[in-house]
Amino acid sequence: MPAYNVEQVRKDFPILDIETRPGVKLVYMDSTATAQKPLAVIEAMNEYYRYTNGNIHRGVHYLAEKATAQYEEARARIAQFIGAEKPREIIYTRNTTESINLVAQTWGRAFLKKGDLVILTEMEHHSNLVPWQMLAQEKDLRLEFIPVTDEGDLDLAEYERLLNEHPKLVAFAHMSNVLGTINPAKEIIAKAKSAGAVTLVDGAQSVPHFKVSVKDLDADFLAFSAHKMVGPTGIGALYGKEELLSAMPPYMGGGDMIKKVHLRSFTPNELPWKYEAGTPAIAEAIGFGAAVDYLSKLGMDAVAEHEQNLTKKAVEKIKNVPGLTIMGEKAAHRGGVISFMLPGIHPHDVAQILDQYGIAVRAGHHCAMPLHEKYSIPASSRASLYLYNTEEEVDHLVATLYKVLEMFA
Amino acid sequence: MDDLYREVIIEHYKNPGYRGSLDPHDITFEDENPLCGDHIKIDLRVDENGKITEAAFDGHGCAISQASADLLLESIIGKNIEDIKHLSRNDVLDLLGIELGPVRLKCALLPLKILKAGVYGLGEATDDLVEEE
Repeated sequence: MPAYNVEQVRKDFPILDIETRPGVKLVYMDSTATAQKPLAVIEAMNEYYRYTNGNIHRGVHYLAEKATAQYEEARARIAQFIGAEKPREIIYTRNTTESINLVAQTWGRAFLKKGDLVILTEMEHHSNLVPWQMLAQEKDLRLEFIPVTDEGDLDLAEYERLLNEHPKLVAFAHMSNVLGTINPAKEIIAKAKSAGAVTLVDGAQSVPHFKVSVKDLDADFLAFSAHKMVGPTGIGALYGKEELLSAMPPYMGGGDMIKKVHLRSFTPNELPWKYEAGTPAIAEAIGFGAAVDYLSKLGMDAVAEHEQNLTKKAVEKIKNVPGLTIMGEKAAHRGGVISFMLPGIHPHDVAQILDQYGIAVRAGHHCAMPLHEKYSIPASSRASLYLYNTEEEVDHLVATLYKVLEMFA
Repeated sequence: MDDLYREVIIEHYKNPGYRGSLDPHDITFEDENPLCGDHIKIDLRVDENGKITEAAFDGHGCAISQASADLLLESIIGKNIEDIKHLSRNDVLDLLGIELGPVRLKCALLPLKILKAGVYGLGEATDDLVEEE
Protein backbone atom coordinates (compact mmCIF):
# COMPACT_ATOMS: atom_id res chain seq x y z
CA MET A 1 0.00 0.00 0.00
CA PRO A 2 1.41 3.42 -0.91
CA ALA A 3 2.30 5.74 1.97
CA TYR A 4 -0.26 8.34 2.97
CA ASN A 5 0.30 11.35 0.74
CA VAL A 6 -1.03 14.41 2.53
CA GLU A 7 -0.17 16.76 -0.36
CA GLN A 8 -2.28 14.61 -2.67
CA VAL A 9 -5.11 14.60 -0.13
CA ARG A 10 -5.00 18.41 0.16
CA LYS A 11 -5.70 18.73 -3.57
CA ASP A 12 -9.14 17.21 -2.94
CA PHE A 13 -10.13 20.15 -0.72
CA PRO A 14 -10.61 23.35 -2.74
CA ILE A 15 -10.96 25.56 0.34
CA LEU A 16 -7.42 24.80 1.49
CA ASP A 17 -6.15 26.98 -1.37
CA ILE A 18 -7.87 30.17 -0.29
CA GLU A 19 -6.17 33.22 1.18
CA THR A 20 -7.88 34.72 4.22
CA ARG A 21 -6.37 38.10 3.35
CA PRO A 22 -4.04 39.09 0.54
CA GLY A 23 -0.94 36.91 0.68
CA VAL A 24 -2.05 34.97 3.77
CA LYS A 25 -2.84 31.32 3.13
CA LEU A 26 -5.45 29.51 5.18
CA VAL A 27 -4.13 27.09 7.79
CA TYR A 28 -7.22 25.26 8.97
CA MET A 29 -6.94 23.80 12.47
CA ASP A 30 -10.56 23.81 13.56
CA SER A 31 -11.74 20.47 12.19
CA THR A 32 -13.06 19.45 15.59
CA ALA A 33 -15.66 22.19 15.14
CA THR A 34 -16.30 21.25 11.53
CA ALA A 35 -14.16 19.58 8.88
CA GLN A 36 -13.55 20.89 5.37
CA LYS A 37 -15.21 19.12 2.44
CA PRO A 38 -13.56 17.37 -0.49
CA LEU A 39 -14.73 18.04 -4.03
CA ALA A 40 -16.30 14.56 -4.16
CA VAL A 41 -18.78 15.56 -1.43
CA ILE A 42 -19.51 18.98 -2.91
CA GLU A 43 -20.07 17.45 -6.36
CA ALA A 44 -22.30 14.64 -5.09
CA MET A 45 -24.67 17.19 -3.59
CA ASN A 46 -24.49 19.45 -6.64
CA GLU A 47 -25.30 16.57 -8.93
CA TYR A 48 -28.28 15.59 -6.87
CA TYR A 49 -29.72 19.09 -7.19
CA ARG A 50 -28.82 19.27 -10.89
CA TYR A 51 -29.96 15.87 -12.05
CA THR A 52 -31.87 13.80 -9.50
CA ASN A 53 -33.74 16.15 -7.14
CA GLY A 54 -37.03 14.64 -6.05
CA ASN A 55 -38.79 13.76 -2.82
CA ILE A 56 -38.13 10.29 -1.46
CA HIS A 57 -40.39 7.35 -0.67
CA ARG A 58 -43.41 8.84 -2.40
CA GLY A 59 -43.54 9.57 -6.10
CA VAL A 60 -43.17 6.80 -8.64
CA HIS A 61 -41.57 9.06 -11.20
CA TYR A 62 -37.99 8.88 -12.38
CA LEU A 63 -36.62 11.56 -10.03
CA ALA A 64 -38.40 10.25 -6.93
CA GLU A 65 -37.00 6.80 -7.53
CA LYS A 66 -33.49 8.09 -8.23
CA ALA A 67 -33.52 10.22 -5.09
CA THR A 68 -34.90 7.40 -2.94
CA ALA A 69 -32.27 4.98 -4.20
CA GLN A 70 -29.42 7.43 -3.54
CA TYR A 71 -30.73 8.30 -0.09
CA GLU A 72 -31.00 4.64 0.91
CA GLU A 73 -27.72 3.58 -0.71
CA ALA A 74 -25.95 6.26 1.34
CA ARG A 75 -27.51 4.79 4.49
CA ALA A 76 -26.20 1.35 3.60
CA ARG A 77 -22.67 2.68 3.10
CA ILE A 78 -22.79 4.61 6.40
CA ALA A 79 -23.91 1.42 8.15
CA GLN A 80 -21.05 -0.48 6.60
CA PHE A 81 -18.59 2.29 7.54
CA ILE A 82 -19.29 1.84 11.27
CA GLY A 83 -19.64 -1.93 11.13
CA ALA A 84 -23.41 -2.06 11.58
CA GLU A 85 -24.99 -5.22 10.24
CA LYS A 86 -28.19 -3.69 8.92
CA PRO A 87 -28.85 -0.35 7.23
CA ARG A 88 -32.14 -0.11 9.17
CA GLU A 89 -30.07 0.33 12.32
CA ILE A 90 -28.96 3.75 10.99
CA ILE A 91 -31.36 6.63 11.64
CA TYR A 92 -30.66 9.90 9.85
CA THR A 93 -30.74 12.88 12.21
CA ARG A 94 -29.55 16.47 11.96
CA ASN A 95 -26.37 15.86 13.95
CA THR A 96 -24.88 14.14 17.00
CA THR A 97 -26.88 16.41 19.29
CA GLU A 98 -30.17 15.37 17.74
CA SER A 99 -29.15 11.71 17.84
CA ILE A 100 -28.57 11.91 21.60
CA ASN A 101 -31.78 13.88 22.15
CA LEU A 102 -33.64 11.21 20.17
CA VAL A 103 -32.41 8.50 22.54
CA ALA A 104 -33.19 10.62 25.62
CA GLN A 105 -36.68 11.54 24.44
CA THR A 106 -37.72 8.10 23.17
CA TRP A 107 -35.79 5.32 24.88
CA GLY A 108 -35.16 7.44 27.97
CA ARG A 109 -38.72 8.60 28.37
CA ALA A 110 -40.14 5.12 27.82
CA PHE A 111 -37.73 3.08 29.89
CA LEU A 112 -36.23 5.29 32.61
CA LYS A 113 -38.17 6.00 35.78
CA LYS A 114 -37.84 7.96 39.00
CA GLY A 115 -34.59 7.35 40.84
CA ASP A 116 -32.88 5.52 37.94
CA LEU A 117 -29.16 6.14 37.61
CA VAL A 118 -27.56 7.50 34.43
CA ILE A 119 -23.75 7.55 34.32
CA LEU A 120 -22.06 10.26 32.25
CA THR A 121 -18.50 11.65 32.45
CA GLU A 122 -16.97 14.99 33.42
CA MET A 123 -15.55 15.43 29.92
CA GLU A 124 -18.85 15.41 28.05
CA HIS A 125 -19.75 17.94 25.39
CA HIS A 126 -22.90 19.86 26.33
CA SER A 127 -24.76 17.71 23.79
CA ASN A 128 -24.31 14.64 25.98
CA LEU A 129 -25.09 16.49 29.21
CA VAL A 130 -28.06 18.76 28.67
CA PRO A 131 -30.43 16.17 27.11
CA TRP A 132 -29.93 14.01 30.21
CA GLN A 133 -30.26 16.97 32.58
CA MET A 134 -33.57 17.82 30.90
CA LEU A 135 -34.79 14.25 31.21
CA ALA A 136 -33.53 14.00 34.79
CA GLN A 137 -35.57 17.09 35.71
CA GLU A 138 -38.65 15.67 34.09
CA LYS A 139 -38.38 12.15 35.47
CA ASP A 140 -36.38 12.70 38.65
CA LEU A 141 -33.40 10.62 37.50
CA ARG A 142 -30.02 10.46 39.21
CA LEU A 143 -27.00 11.61 37.22
CA GLU A 144 -23.49 10.58 38.23
CA PHE A 145 -20.23 11.40 36.50
CA ILE A 146 -17.06 9.42 35.93
CA PRO A 147 -14.37 11.88 37.09
CA VAL A 148 -11.50 13.03 34.88
CA THR A 149 -8.02 12.59 36.35
CA ASP A 150 -5.38 15.34 36.31
CA GLU A 151 -3.78 13.55 33.35
CA GLY A 152 -7.01 13.85 31.38
CA ASP A 153 -8.16 10.22 31.57
CA LEU A 154 -11.38 8.82 32.97
CA ASP A 155 -11.11 7.51 36.51
CA LEU A 156 -12.10 3.91 35.81
CA ALA A 157 -11.84 2.85 39.46
CA GLU A 158 -14.56 5.34 40.30
CA TYR A 159 -16.53 4.04 37.30
CA GLU A 160 -16.42 0.50 38.76
CA ARG A 161 -17.74 1.86 42.04
CA LEU A 162 -20.61 3.63 40.26
CA LEU A 163 -21.47 0.43 38.42
CA ASN A 164 -22.30 -1.21 41.75
CA GLU A 165 -25.23 1.19 42.00
CA HIS A 166 -27.04 -0.48 39.08
CA PRO A 167 -27.07 2.21 36.38
CA LYS A 168 -29.67 1.98 33.63
CA LEU A 169 -27.54 3.87 31.10
CA VAL A 170 -23.87 4.69 30.56
CA ALA A 171 -23.38 7.49 28.00
CA PHE A 172 -19.90 8.82 27.22
CA ALA A 173 -17.72 10.54 24.65
CA HIS A 174 -15.50 8.17 22.70
CA MET A 175 -13.01 11.00 22.28
CA SER A 176 -12.97 14.31 24.17
CA ASN A 177 -13.37 17.39 21.99
CA VAL A 178 -11.24 19.40 24.46
CA LEU A 179 -8.60 17.05 25.87
CA GLY A 180 -8.31 14.80 22.85
CA THR A 181 -8.46 11.81 25.20
CA ILE A 182 -9.59 8.61 23.48
CA ASN A 183 -11.53 6.67 26.06
CA PRO A 184 -11.34 2.85 26.29
CA ALA A 185 -14.83 2.45 24.87
CA LYS A 186 -14.78 -1.32 24.55
CA GLU A 187 -13.84 -1.79 28.20
CA ILE A 188 -16.37 0.82 29.40
CA ILE A 189 -19.13 -0.86 27.41
CA ALA A 190 -18.25 -4.40 28.52
CA LYS A 191 -18.38 -3.32 32.15
CA ALA A 192 -21.65 -1.48 31.64
CA LYS A 193 -23.14 -4.62 30.06
CA SER A 194 -22.19 -6.79 33.00
CA ALA A 195 -23.88 -4.25 35.26
CA GLY A 196 -26.99 -4.49 33.08
CA ALA A 197 -26.82 -0.95 31.64
CA VAL A 198 -27.57 0.23 28.12
CA THR A 199 -24.68 2.12 26.48
CA LEU A 200 -24.55 5.22 24.30
CA VAL A 201 -21.32 6.33 22.66
CA ASP A 202 -20.92 9.94 21.55
CA GLY A 203 -18.86 9.30 18.43
CA ALA A 204 -18.77 12.89 17.16
CA GLN A 205 -14.97 13.01 17.51
CA SER A 206 -14.10 9.34 17.08
CA VAL A 207 -15.92 8.24 13.93
CA PRO A 208 -14.22 10.96 11.80
CA HIS A 209 -10.73 10.12 13.03
CA PHE A 210 -10.27 6.36 13.39
CA LYS A 211 -12.00 3.10 12.62
CA VAL A 212 -15.04 2.64 14.84
CA SER A 213 -17.00 -0.59 14.68
CA VAL A 214 -20.23 -0.89 16.64
CA LYS A 215 -19.96 -4.63 16.30
CA ASP A 216 -16.52 -4.71 17.85
CA LEU A 217 -17.52 -2.22 20.58
CA ASP A 218 -20.88 -3.92 21.16
CA ALA A 219 -22.38 -0.43 21.65
CA ASP A 220 -26.15 -0.12 21.93
CA PHE A 221 -26.22 3.41 20.50
CA LEU A 222 -23.62 5.43 18.59
CA ALA A 223 -24.23 9.09 17.68
CA PHE A 224 -22.20 11.00 15.09
CA SER A 225 -22.30 13.95 12.67
CA ALA A 226 -21.46 14.09 8.97
CA HIS A 227 -19.94 17.56 9.02
CA LYS A 228 -17.04 16.56 11.26
CA MET A 229 -16.11 13.74 8.87
CA VAL A 230 -15.77 15.76 5.64
CA GLY A 231 -19.53 15.58 4.99
CA PRO A 232 -22.15 18.33 4.91
CA THR A 233 -23.77 20.11 7.85
CA GLY A 234 -27.41 19.37 8.66
CA ILE A 235 -27.10 15.62 8.77
CA GLY A 236 -25.92 13.07 11.30
CA ALA A 237 -26.76 9.56 12.31
CA LEU A 238 -27.88 7.47 15.21
CA TYR A 239 -26.90 3.84 15.19
CA GLY A 240 -29.04 1.70 17.46
CA LYS A 241 -29.33 -2.04 17.91
CA GLU A 242 -32.41 -3.24 16.12
CA GLU A 243 -34.15 -4.67 19.17
CA LEU A 244 -33.77 -1.34 21.00
CA LEU A 245 -34.91 0.76 18.06
CA SER A 246 -37.92 -1.53 17.59
CA ALA A 247 -38.95 -1.28 21.22
CA MET A 248 -38.65 2.53 21.46
CA PRO A 249 -41.59 4.83 20.71
CA PRO A 250 -41.29 7.19 17.71
CA TYR A 251 -39.60 10.58 18.06
CA MET A 252 -41.23 13.30 15.95
CA GLY A 253 -44.57 12.75 14.30
CA GLY A 254 -45.33 13.51 10.66
CA GLY A 255 -45.02 12.17 7.17
CA ASP A 256 -42.79 9.20 6.35
CA MET A 257 -42.62 7.98 9.96
CA ILE A 258 -46.06 6.37 9.65
CA LYS A 259 -47.47 3.29 8.05
CA LYS A 260 -51.14 4.27 8.45
CA VAL A 261 -52.87 7.38 9.75
CA HIS A 262 -56.48 7.79 10.83
CA LEU A 263 -58.05 10.90 12.27
CA ARG A 264 -57.39 9.80 15.83
CA SER A 265 -54.57 7.30 15.56
CA PHE A 266 -51.53 6.20 13.60
CA THR A 267 -49.36 3.13 13.12
CA PRO A 268 -45.62 3.88 13.11
CA ASN A 269 -43.52 2.94 10.11
CA GLU A 270 -40.86 0.25 10.14
CA LEU A 271 -37.23 0.91 10.93
CA PRO A 272 -35.48 3.14 10.16
CA TRP A 273 -38.21 5.44 8.82
CA LYS A 274 -40.14 5.27 12.12
CA TYR A 275 -37.72 7.95 13.37
CA GLU A 276 -37.52 10.08 10.23
CA ALA A 277 -40.55 12.36 10.15
CA GLY A 278 -40.98 14.84 7.32
CA THR A 279 -38.89 15.42 4.22
CA PRO A 280 -35.34 14.76 5.36
CA ALA A 281 -32.03 16.34 4.29
CA ILE A 282 -31.81 14.33 1.07
CA ALA A 283 -28.91 16.13 -0.59
CA GLU A 284 -27.05 16.04 2.72
CA ALA A 285 -27.63 12.29 3.12
CA ILE A 286 -26.17 11.80 -0.35
CA GLY A 287 -23.24 14.04 0.62
CA PHE A 288 -22.83 12.00 3.82
CA GLY A 289 -22.58 8.87 1.68
CA ALA A 290 -19.93 10.52 -0.49
CA ALA A 291 -17.99 11.52 2.64
CA VAL A 292 -17.98 7.95 3.89
CA ASP A 293 -16.82 6.77 0.45
CA TYR A 294 -14.03 9.34 0.50
CA LEU A 295 -12.82 8.27 3.96
CA SER A 296 -13.06 4.58 3.06
CA LYS A 297 -10.94 5.20 -0.02
CA LEU A 298 -8.23 6.87 2.05
CA GLY A 299 -8.57 4.11 4.64
CA MET A 300 -9.39 5.00 8.24
CA ASP A 301 -6.26 3.26 9.51
CA ALA A 302 -4.10 5.43 7.26
CA VAL A 303 -6.00 8.55 8.37
CA ALA A 304 -5.54 7.62 12.03
CA GLU A 305 -1.84 6.92 11.55
CA HIS A 306 -1.29 10.27 9.83
CA GLU A 307 -3.07 12.08 12.63
CA GLN A 308 -1.27 10.18 15.37
CA ASN A 309 2.14 10.98 13.90
CA LEU A 310 1.28 14.62 13.34
CA THR A 311 -0.26 15.01 16.80
CA LYS A 312 2.81 13.61 18.54
CA LYS A 313 5.04 16.09 16.72
CA ALA A 314 2.60 18.94 17.30
CA VAL A 315 2.32 18.32 21.05
CA GLU A 316 6.12 18.21 21.37
CA LYS A 317 6.57 21.47 19.46
CA ILE A 318 3.65 23.38 20.96
CA LYS A 319 4.45 22.52 24.57
CA ASN A 320 7.92 24.08 24.17
CA VAL A 321 6.38 27.53 23.76
CA PRO A 322 7.37 29.30 27.02
CA GLY A 323 4.67 29.17 29.70
CA LEU A 324 2.22 27.27 27.51
CA THR A 325 0.17 24.47 29.05
CA ILE A 326 -1.81 21.82 27.19
CA MET A 327 -5.00 20.41 28.70
CA GLY A 328 -4.86 16.62 28.87
CA GLU A 329 -1.32 16.50 27.49
CA LYS A 330 -0.57 13.33 29.43
CA ALA A 331 -3.71 11.35 28.56
CA ALA A 332 -2.86 7.71 27.94
CA HIS A 333 -4.29 7.69 24.44
CA ARG A 334 -5.07 10.91 22.63
CA GLY A 335 -6.21 12.20 19.25
CA GLY A 336 -5.39 15.37 17.34
CA VAL A 337 -7.07 17.89 19.62
CA ILE A 338 -4.70 20.28 21.40
CA SER A 339 -6.30 22.76 23.81
CA PHE A 340 -3.83 25.15 25.37
CA MET A 341 -3.40 28.27 27.47
CA LEU A 342 -0.76 31.00 27.36
CA PRO A 343 -0.31 32.74 30.72
CA GLY A 344 -1.82 36.23 30.87
CA ILE A 345 -3.20 36.11 27.33
CA HIS A 346 -6.87 35.43 26.79
CA PRO A 347 -7.62 32.60 24.34
CA HIS A 348 -9.74 34.95 22.25
CA ASP A 349 -6.75 37.22 21.77
CA VAL A 350 -4.59 34.22 20.87
CA ALA A 351 -7.12 32.99 18.32
CA GLN A 352 -7.62 36.46 16.89
CA ILE A 353 -3.91 37.06 16.35
CA LEU A 354 -3.47 33.58 14.86
CA ASP A 355 -6.32 34.42 12.49
CA GLN A 356 -4.37 37.42 11.24
CA TYR A 357 -1.73 34.94 10.14
CA GLY A 358 -4.31 32.74 8.43
CA ILE A 359 -4.51 30.14 11.20
CA ALA A 360 -8.01 29.04 12.18
CA VAL A 361 -8.27 27.72 15.74
CA ARG A 362 -11.15 27.72 18.17
CA ALA A 363 -11.22 29.74 21.39
CA GLY A 364 -13.68 29.40 24.23
CA HIS A 365 -14.95 26.54 26.32
CA HIS A 366 -15.69 24.34 23.29
CA CYS A 367 -19.15 23.42 24.58
CA ALA A 368 -17.57 21.77 27.62
CA MET A 369 -18.00 24.35 30.40
CA PRO A 370 -17.97 21.78 33.25
CA LEU A 371 -14.60 20.45 32.11
CA HIS A 372 -13.13 23.97 32.04
CA GLU A 373 -14.63 24.62 35.48
CA LYS A 374 -12.91 21.50 36.75
CA TYR A 375 -9.55 22.78 35.57
CA SER A 376 -10.47 26.29 36.85
CA ILE A 377 -9.95 28.03 33.51
CA PRO A 378 -12.56 30.16 31.79
CA ALA A 379 -11.50 29.21 28.29
CA SER A 380 -8.75 27.75 26.13
CA SER A 381 -7.48 27.93 22.57
CA ARG A 382 -7.85 24.73 20.59
CA ALA A 383 -5.93 23.60 17.54
CA SER A 384 -7.34 20.44 16.01
CA LEU A 385 -5.67 18.38 13.32
CA TYR A 386 -7.22 16.30 10.59
CA LEU A 387 -6.32 14.27 7.56
CA TYR A 388 -5.23 17.31 5.53
CA ASN A 389 -2.97 19.02 8.07
CA THR A 390 0.80 19.04 7.61
CA GLU A 391 3.92 19.42 9.70
CA GLU A 392 4.66 22.75 7.96
CA GLU A 393 1.32 24.02 9.22
CA VAL A 394 2.18 22.96 12.75
CA ASP A 395 5.50 24.83 12.44
CA HIS A 396 3.64 27.92 11.23
CA LEU A 397 1.34 27.68 14.27
CA VAL A 398 4.25 27.38 16.68
CA ALA A 399 6.16 30.29 15.10
CA THR A 400 3.04 32.44 15.30
CA LEU A 401 2.50 31.55 18.97
CA TYR A 402 5.96 33.06 19.60
CA LYS A 403 4.76 36.22 17.83
CA VAL A 404 1.72 36.32 20.13
CA LEU A 405 4.02 36.14 23.15
CA GLU A 406 6.12 38.97 21.75
CA MET A 407 3.10 41.22 21.24
CA PHE A 408 2.00 40.82 24.82
CA ALA A 409 5.52 40.83 26.31
CA MET B 1 -1.07 42.88 10.05
CA ASP B 2 -2.14 43.02 13.69
CA ASP B 3 -4.47 45.91 13.01
CA LEU B 4 -6.85 44.64 15.69
CA TYR B 5 -4.13 44.82 18.27
CA ARG B 6 -3.14 48.43 17.80
CA GLU B 7 -0.57 49.61 20.28
CA VAL B 8 -3.18 51.62 22.16
CA ILE B 9 -5.19 48.47 22.89
CA ILE B 10 -2.24 46.43 24.09
CA GLU B 11 -1.07 49.43 26.15
CA HIS B 12 -4.44 49.92 27.88
CA TYR B 13 -4.69 46.16 28.45
CA LYS B 14 -1.25 45.90 30.02
CA ASN B 15 -1.21 49.22 31.89
CA PRO B 16 -4.77 50.26 32.58
CA GLY B 17 -5.27 53.66 34.23
CA TYR B 18 -8.64 52.90 35.73
CA ARG B 19 -8.29 49.40 37.14
CA GLY B 20 -9.44 48.98 40.71
CA SER B 21 -12.59 49.56 42.70
CA LEU B 22 -14.19 52.50 44.48
CA ASP B 23 -15.51 52.13 48.00
CA PRO B 24 -17.81 53.89 48.66
CA HIS B 25 -19.32 54.42 45.22
CA ASP B 26 -22.53 55.91 43.90
CA ILE B 27 -23.08 53.48 41.06
CA THR B 28 -21.78 49.93 40.61
CA PHE B 29 -22.64 47.21 38.15
CA GLU B 30 -21.04 43.98 36.99
CA ASP B 31 -21.68 41.44 34.28
CA GLU B 32 -19.96 38.85 32.18
CA ASN B 33 -19.84 37.41 28.72
CA PRO B 34 -20.27 33.70 29.44
CA LEU B 35 -19.11 32.75 25.96
CA CYS B 36 -15.52 33.80 26.62
CA GLY B 37 -15.54 34.30 30.38
CA ASP B 38 -14.95 38.07 30.23
CA HIS B 39 -16.08 39.58 33.54
CA ILE B 40 -16.15 43.29 34.35
CA LYS B 41 -17.32 45.39 37.31
CA ILE B 42 -17.53 49.17 37.04
CA ASP B 43 -17.76 51.60 39.99
CA LEU B 44 -18.57 55.32 39.64
CA ARG B 45 -18.58 58.33 41.94
CA VAL B 46 -21.00 61.07 40.94
CA ASP B 47 -21.26 64.55 42.48
CA GLU B 48 -24.49 66.39 43.42
CA ASN B 49 -24.79 67.80 39.88
CA GLY B 50 -24.65 64.35 38.31
CA LYS B 51 -21.07 64.77 37.14
CA ILE B 52 -18.88 61.67 37.13
CA THR B 53 -15.85 62.45 39.26
CA GLU B 54 -14.21 59.05 39.56
CA ALA B 55 -14.46 55.70 37.80
CA ALA B 56 -12.84 52.29 38.15
CA PHE B 57 -13.22 48.82 36.65
CA ASP B 58 -12.17 45.39 37.77
CA GLY B 59 -12.36 41.97 36.21
CA HIS B 60 -10.68 39.74 33.71
CA GLY B 61 -10.98 38.87 30.08
CA CYS B 62 -9.50 39.44 26.66
CA ALA B 63 -7.44 42.46 25.65
CA ILE B 64 -10.34 43.93 23.69
CA SER B 65 -12.81 43.89 26.60
CA GLN B 66 -10.30 45.16 29.17
CA ALA B 67 -8.89 47.91 26.94
CA SER B 68 -12.41 48.92 25.99
CA ALA B 69 -13.28 49.32 29.69
CA ASP B 70 -10.19 51.41 30.37
CA LEU B 71 -10.69 53.68 27.35
CA LEU B 72 -14.37 54.08 28.11
CA LEU B 73 -13.83 55.14 31.73
CA GLU B 74 -11.09 57.54 30.66
CA SER B 75 -13.57 59.17 28.29
CA ILE B 76 -16.41 59.67 30.78
CA ILE B 77 -14.62 61.41 33.65
CA GLY B 78 -16.21 64.85 34.05
CA LYS B 79 -19.25 63.94 31.99
CA ASN B 80 -22.80 64.04 33.31
CA ILE B 81 -24.45 60.65 33.85
CA GLU B 82 -27.23 61.79 31.51
CA ASP B 83 -24.60 61.85 28.74
CA ILE B 84 -23.83 58.18 29.39
CA LYS B 85 -27.32 57.27 28.26
CA HIS B 86 -26.49 58.66 24.82
CA LEU B 87 -23.24 56.74 24.37
CA SER B 88 -23.46 54.28 21.49
CA ARG B 89 -21.54 51.35 20.13
CA ASN B 90 -19.89 53.69 17.63
CA ASP B 91 -18.47 55.79 20.44
CA VAL B 92 -16.75 52.69 21.81
CA LEU B 93 -15.50 51.62 18.39
CA ASP B 94 -14.14 55.13 17.83
CA LEU B 95 -12.24 54.89 21.10
CA LEU B 96 -10.78 51.52 20.13
CA GLY B 97 -10.15 52.64 16.56
CA ILE B 98 -10.82 49.21 15.08
CA GLU B 99 -13.49 47.29 13.26
CA LEU B 100 -14.70 44.08 14.81
CA GLY B 101 -16.56 40.98 13.73
CA PRO B 102 -19.74 39.93 15.55
CA VAL B 103 -17.99 37.71 18.11
CA ARG B 104 -15.41 40.23 19.27
CA LEU B 105 -17.94 43.05 19.16
CA LYS B 106 -19.52 41.47 22.24
CA CYS B 107 -16.19 41.75 24.07
CA ALA B 108 -15.74 45.38 23.05
CA LEU B 109 -19.27 46.41 24.02
CA LEU B 110 -19.45 44.60 27.38
CA PRO B 111 -18.08 47.61 29.35
CA LEU B 112 -20.57 50.04 27.78
CA LYS B 113 -23.41 47.62 28.43
CA ILE B 114 -22.42 47.42 32.09
CA LEU B 115 -21.94 51.18 32.39
CA LYS B 116 -25.35 51.93 30.93
CA ALA B 117 -27.12 49.27 32.99
CA GLY B 118 -25.55 50.85 36.09
CA VAL B 119 -26.53 54.38 35.13
CA TYR B 120 -30.09 53.37 34.27
CA GLY B 121 -30.26 51.36 37.49
CA LEU B 122 -31.35 48.22 35.66
CA GLY B 123 -31.52 44.71 37.03
CA GLU B 124 -29.51 43.26 34.17
CA ALA B 125 -27.36 44.39 31.28
CA THR B 126 -29.07 43.55 28.02
CA ASP B 127 -27.89 43.77 24.44
CA ASP B 128 -30.45 46.41 23.48
CA LEU B 129 -28.42 48.92 25.52
CA VAL B 130 -25.69 48.81 22.87
CA GLU B 131 -27.71 48.09 19.74
CA GLU B 132 -27.11 49.95 16.54
CA GLU B 133 -29.30 53.02 16.50
